[in-house]
Amino acid sequence: MSDETAGATANGPAAAAVLAAGIGGCILGVLSIAGDAFRGVARALNFWTPTGPLSGVTDITILVWLLSWFALSRLWGRRNLELRRVNLAAALLFIVGLLLTFPPFMDLLQGK
Amino acid sequence: MEITVRDLVTVVHGMFFGALLLLTFTGAAASLYAMTASSSGWTPTRSQHRAMTIYLVFMALLAWTTVFLGAYAVYPWYRAIPPVGTHNLAAYPQRLLMSNSLTVGWHDIGMEWKEHLAWFAPISLTAVAYLFSRYGTQLRSLRPLRHAVFGLVALAFASACIAGFFGAMLNKNAAVRGGAQIVIMRGESR
Repeated sequence: MSDETAGATANGPAAAAVLAAGIGGCILGVLSIAGDAFRGVARALNFWTPTGPLSGVTDITILVWLLSWFALSRLWGRRNLELRRVNLAAALLFIVGLLLTFPPFMDLLQGK
Repeated sequence: MEITVRDLVTVVHGMFFGALLLLTFTGAAASLYAMTASSSGWTPTRSQHRAMTIYLVFMALLAWTTVFLGAYAVYPWYRAIPPVGTHNLAAYPQRLLMSNSLTVGWHDIGMEWKEHLAWFAPISLTAVAYLFSRYGTQLRSLRPLRHAVFGLVALAFASACIAGFFGAMLNKNAAVRGGAQIVIMRGESR
């Protein structure tokens, strides 16, 4: 991802929003399978007992998504980036997230 | 005519917020296409841009409300664990589904996927609302960004559809019921 020019219409903030959404999706998938595969992780993710590990999965996902959005915005706020590469990276992160939340794929990875 | 509190909250979660969200996608897709991608060359006025931004923010709020209500109000009732020795599992939907080989898949695949997948919708729609708010009039010329916006809308729509489908099927096979009874009207029994 190369920065080209800085200016009032910089696409850096857009790139930050798109990539942060992808990171959020990927983290959701990673936490989902981690909670499913390891009892210790599931216990650690149990922030609120009635909802169980899902509470930790979603709370951490939201936190990571917002923090990464904030950090990337600070980093890229005034820059112009190659958006196609950012889109591709975000799409790959979303695909990983989607696969890791899909139960048959989760079971396949865990050898169930 | 009566409804229990759990029924009511589940209906509000799925049939009000969830279904309303699904309905709003048509308007968002058509408007975004007309404003940013069609050959008509329509450039939205400031007030049209503002109205569309409000519409997209409303969609994101609908999605957030739906997932939070589902995860923190309905889901605890769904996954409630029955006391030892309970034979009637009607008040314990997850256990009811898991007790039958013909319905266990609705939990193992349906709920296990839905409870995570649904969160892609509010995250994607929040990004879409932000991108349109900030770059609305420029999306026509910023092609890669326009593609990102349409991709995020498509992802949100797909995740909301899948979550909605499984939500409906889960509630059809093992309804979330219980709590106080709300009598809406009384008729004459025959």
